[in-house]
Amino acid sequence: MVAIELAYWTATAIKVGVVLAIIPAGALILGYVFLMKMMSHMQSRLGPMEAGPHGTLQLVADGVKFLQKEDIFPEKADRRVFALAPLVVLLSTFLLYVVIPAGPTLIVEDLDTGIFFALAVSSLSVLGVLMAGWASANKYSLIGALRAAGQLIAYELPMVLAVVGVVIQAGSMSLQQIVRAQTDGEIFGWGGIGNPFLLTQIVGFVIFLIATQAELSQTPFDMPVAESELVAGFMTEYTGFRFLFFFMGEFGTAFAFSAIAATMFLGGWAVPGIDPTSTLADVVGPFALGAKIMLVAFFIFWVRFSFPRLREDQLQTIAWKYLIPISLVNITATGILKVVF
Amino acid sequence: MTVTTDWQKSAYIGGQAADARINVELETEGMTLNLGPQHPATHGTLRIVVRLDGEQVVWAEPVCGYMHRGYEKLCEVRTYPQVTTLINRIDWLGHFANEVPFILAAEQLMGVEAPPRAQYIRTIFFELARQANLGLFLGDMGVQLGAITPVFFAFRDREYLLNLMEAATGGRFHPNFDRIGGIKEDLPKGWIDECKGAMKRQRAFCDEIEDLLMGNEIFQTRTRGIGVIPAAVGLEYGLSGANIRASGVDWDIRRDEDSPLAWKHADWKVWTHPDGDSFARYWVRLQEVRESTYIVEQLLDGLPAGSIQAKVPRIIKVPAGEAWMHTENPLGEMGYYVVSQGGLGPYRCKIRTPSFNNISILPWLLKGVYVPDVITILASLYFILGDIDR
Repeated sequence: MVAIELAYWTATAIKVGVVLAIIPAGALILGYVFLMKMMSHMQSRLGPMEAGPHGTLQLVADGVKFLQKEDIFPEKADRRVFALAPLVVLLSTFLLYVVIPAGPTLIVEDLDTGIFFALAVSSLSVLGVLMAGWASANKYSLIGALRAAGQLIAYELPMVLAVVGVVIQAGSMSLQQIVRAQTDGEIFGWGGIGNPFLLTQIVGFVIFLIATQAELSQTPFDMPVAESELVAGFMTEYTGFRFLFFFMGEFGTAFAFSAIAATMFLGGWAVPGIDPTSTLADVVGPFALGAKIMLVAFFIFWVRFSFPRLREDQLQTIAWKYLIPISLVNITATGILKVVF
Repeated sequence: MTVTTDWQKSAYIGGQAADARINVELETEGMTLNLGPQHPATHGTLRIVVRLDGEQVVWAEPVCGYMHRGYEKLCEVRTYPQVTTLINRIDWLGHFANEVPFILAAEQLMGVEAPPRAQYIRTIFFELARQANLGLFLGDMGVQLGAITPVFFAFRDREYLLNLMEAATGGRFHPNFDRIGGIKEDLPKGWIDECKGAMKRQRAFCDEIEDLLMGNEIFQTRTRGIGVIPAAVGLEYGLSGANIRASGVDWDIRRDEDSPLAWKHADWKVWTHPDGDSFARYWVRLQEVRESTYIVEQLLDGLPAGSIQAKVPRIIKVPAGEAWMHTENPLGEMGYYVVSQGGLGPYRCKIRTPSFNNISILPWLLKGVYVPDVITILASLYFILGDIDR
């Protein structure tokens, strides 16, 4: 492998630049592929297919539209908190990307507590949502924010517990190590395609996806936004660019969570047949990861476009009465199997 | 409880006091929330003032009249043919169905009856309007519950019906096609086959909605047992149409009352549901759309030949008298009470629209439900704002 030595600050600047570029790009890709193309085909909507070839310019047009809108503060809003809230939401999205590996050496920072860090910073967005809801001085926003808080607290738990199974099986919390464990591993002596944890942690994968759906406030768990009852909830009072921040945060987080799910359960950047230590893996890795992200994101958005919304108490019931016990059983079973084999 | 000794009595009182204290401590400050007048779930400018305890509704009151258009007064200063252009707009989704009862009332006063072909065509258009209206409801209910896909399907299939309307009448929303003693024009060439195709598509749409939304578990948990209206209460509040049929009351004006329109020539069924909840209302409307397609197909097959216009004077003057005519519109019972003093236009016209009565039950119904259920109930009661604020 070619070792490129860079000064610490240069390397950091490049990494920050990459992260800053990937999030809007990821949000844009997901927005285009799923929000525009997939949705318009599924819902037989014609609008998003008109602007530019295959509707590619629709998102650009939307962006320009958002930029043109007036920046409104409600009269009784807490202006500083109101202005800061979208940034906090976006910040949590950016921090998520720090630990996601796209190749053997393509990672911003390989933290030992990788997945733990990712789940911790993902809950920062709750703070942003609460700030937005409270500072808007709007009753819909307040209800939306409180719902968001309750929901994200409820779903953080099954998410963490679903991940624990993977961590036990891989023996590490570092996402890079988890990917390697999947390429090295074998199930009951058979290692044909390595051991993507999807095969052994299918329960964890399903719970993780459900919790992701809730964490992203996507249908059927979109009570915090609930445009038909709370008129977009905590986002009610936001216009123009600030609204775009929330929007980018939503799609960026969808991208990041798909990446985490792909890394933890689908083998991340690894491709069967390619040596995980070679330079080739660094070249193919991002594309493999991208393809897997799209796969997971497709599922997330598929559910989003076809399901109605649950009620708040039904949501809590699912989290506390079903997901948490099932994930605890999953952990126990994984632990026993780990010791036995 | 039976209190025997003093200390038991004091223990009981002490317990009560402790409970009361806990209740005071747990009591949270109420919050008044204005749902509307600009709220997506109210389909327009209806305002519902709800007082909330947490997310639970303690008290609710609909406030309407933001969009009052004074139809009843406007009718008094127009001639009979001109009134039809106006009343098209009362229930803007069920356009044609609004015209029919008024024309029937005027015909009754004049003592004319439209020829059978005209009656058949009227009934066909009436049913098309019903499908266009209720089809949108079937999709819209999904939107209120957070699933946006069904409403686009609904709009897609509504297009076929509106195209049919346009081909025959020239108007997509305001057909203005009904005349006293008949209808304006005959059906265009090839229309009947197209209409039959549209009916097939409409049934396919019903199946699709049944798969996509009604069969969905989340939809069922959100709607079953929510907003239950017992038959007796519903009748007391004057509910009509699918809202009361969903409570098990087998009442449909199309079947139960003798009307000059052609429903009696078709073989169809009135569906009822025993539950009376939001799901039942949805189910009944879905079946109503299905039955409606069968009615249209049968009427198209049995369409009699002949004239479409009875003999009426060129300038219509209605003899003095009073007439009440009501029909089963998409939303429920709609009727016109027309008082004539022999002039060119009605002296007084009272319009009974279904939505106004249908939402009058809201204060009773909304007590103690959660905010998301308020939306479910509003959606399932299905009102059109123009129908309320006429």
